[in-house]
Amino acid sequence: MSSIFESQFRASATKLTADLRHRSLIRKALKGYEKSRDEKKARFQDWEAARQAAAETKWEAINHLDKYLSEFADNLARRGTKVFWASTAEEARNYILNLAREKQAKTIIKSKTMTSEEIHLNEVLAKAGYEVVESDLGEFIVQLRDEAPYHLVFPAMHLTRNEISHLFHEKLGSPETDNPEELTMTVRRDMRIRYCKADIGISGANFAVAETGMIAITENEGNARLTTSLPKIHVALLGIEKVLPKLSDLALFLPMLATVGTGQQLTCYNSMIGGPRQPGETDGPEEFHVILLDNRRTHLLADAEQRDALHCIRCGACLNVCPIFRNVGGQTYGTTYQGPIGSVITPHLRGLRDWKHLSFASSLCGACTEACPVKIDLHHHLLQNRRNAVVLGTGKLDRIAFRGFAFLVNHPGVFGVAVKAGRLVQRLHRLIASSKIDPLRAWTASREAPVIAKESFRQYWKSRHK
Amino acid sequence: MSRRDEILGRIREGLRLRVHEPKRAATSSDGVRTGLTTREWLPAVPNDPEGIVETFARNCVELRTQYYRVTGLPELSGKLFELKDSEGWKLIASHRDPILDSILPSLGLPFLLAEDRPATADVERADVGITRCDALIAQTGSILLTARSAGGRALSVLPPHHVAIARESQLLPDLPAAFELLNKTYGDAYPSLITLITGPSRTGDIERILVLGAHGPRTLTIILLRDPR
Repeated sequence: MSSIFESQFRASATKLTADLRHRSLIRKALKGYEKSRDEKKARFQDWEAARQAAAETKWEAINHLDKYLSEFADNLARRGTKVFWASTAEEARNYILNLAREKQAKTIIKSKTMTSEEIHLNEVLAKAGYEVVESDLGEFIVQLRDEAPYHLVFPAMHLTRNEISHLFHEKLGSPETDNPEELTMTVRRDMRIRYCKADIGISGANFAVAETGMIAITENEGNARLTTSLPKIHVALLGIEKVLPKLSDLALFLPMLATVGTGQQLTCYNSMIGGPRQPGETDGPEEFHVILLDNRRTHLLADAEQRDALHCIRCGACLNVCPIFRNVGGQTYGTTYQGPIGSVITPHLRGLRDWKHLSFASSLCGACTEACPVKIDLHHHLLQNRRNAVVLGTGKLDRIAFRGFAFLVNHPGVFGVAVKAGRLVQRLHRLIASSKIDPLRAWTASREAPVIAKESFRQYWKSRHK
Repeated sequence: MSRRDEILGRIREGLRLRVHEPKRAATSSDGVRTGLTTREWLPAVPNDPEGIVETFARNCVELRTQYYRVTGLPELSGKLFELKDSEGWKLIASHRDPILDSILPSLGLPFLLAEDRPATADVERADVGITRCDALIAQTGSILLTARSAGGRALSVLPPHHVAIARESQLLPDLPAAFELLNKTYGDAYPSLITLITGPSRTGDIERILVLGAHGPRTLTIILLRDPR
């Protein structure tokens, strides 16, 4: 039984894997990334030890999440931040909606936050009549195109400058250009006006520091700094798994995130925000709200086998090395979180029955596990999802096939006849293989079936011992 | 039961099933863990003061940060004068600070001070934001500043050019040292914003091609001030 999500995945994957233009675009985009990532990694005195330490730190945080989360919330509250605990996406959305109503807000500016994609915040705010603008260049582009981000870190990596130029020309009335700098400046000018008039700024967070009660935001453009500085109200939306125990942990996590995320030693701006404007400060928001979102993360936490998937810092490294992601593309997944990590956690966040197909769409090559800076055992988790999906129930056809197979291998005589018959059938099948009337077309369309050997192992064994 | 208790309850329930701690005695790629602290895993920084300055300067080049080293206040104000002329500054945004107080008036330009709470639109109109900072970090070529040390949040990100001025004694070797300094300086009363600035604002969102000045400053200048002997 395949879900609608699975059919969509299949359709889109079939289309994109044959799209050579898409393939070369993604390859080209990732080539530069790979070079600078490897170069920055090599600057570490001991990258593997750093990975191990990062894994240990996240283990400590996630396995004592109640303690660190309480500490984080209490420290924030102590300095005037309003902390809201949201069990579900709806509770988080309603909190923001009510806040916007109460403050009579008109425009809302956002800096990149995948968590808001997860709870479909933009749609809800727009429906309620608020003007919501994404300020990150890549996010702004996909927002104008009314589509989901392509990649956790590079939202518009599937588009060429010409496509972006057409888009800006059509939606913003700017002149056509093939110069990325001019395109960037068009958005810069447009956005400047919006920062100044926005009533609320919404951001995500990359880390939540328990010890000092601060969120940490990593970015390159400066849009998050403006979003969190200029509007009177700043709302930060983050999953409960973002916690790190100590402020000094950032000395390790910030450079690691930049290295594997974008191939930089450190991204341009790494900001730690611990409250609204404090006494004696000259500017900054009057109110700071932090929304801690569960949205079934505790479901993943309760799965001891896959708990380490909550260590994820959303760097996107596993996407970049994944042969599946690179061929089917980010939007094919139909999920907020794409690539191997998305395939692992989406069944927990949105149900295994609907999302199990993602774990089957994997070569299990393990490149993701090797790339992960916090050592999440990604490819084994994909395997565990497959097992859990089977436990959940398999299709009728599967069951009949396996029962038949069991019967065959338990009856040597029948097996021998079947092999003989198989040789004959295979010869006939070759005539129609991969044609439209081939019943095995799903397999033969892109692969060749192995030929049944002329002599079986049992025949060989017998003839040897004559 | 409050929402907080509800979520914390679910977390405790979920954590009842314990999982093994990752191996503490970790080994690195070549079999031995070279160190036990973050400092020993991160990129190496030379030990000597000149080596630290060189590392910082090299990172600035890589990041496309303009970096100058000057000796004494007259040379500092000379450098700012030069920048003012070459870029045609008309309005400066800055903040109160002993060094800045003694230099800004000599530039002969109108300036806004963060302490006077200028309107956002005015700061946006300024050609340059001139600030102090908490520290510079050689390892990454970064500036560490806070809402308290650098005149609030907007000054260092809103104008198209940010000039940060640091004394040479503020140059730290690496990130762990920067976090130690934060703890020592602010203890329990952290400013509401702390930020590490590493190069001018940039984006690669269009075909992964580097463009400077995405939303923040297109130009970042760091002036390292040496005390005259």
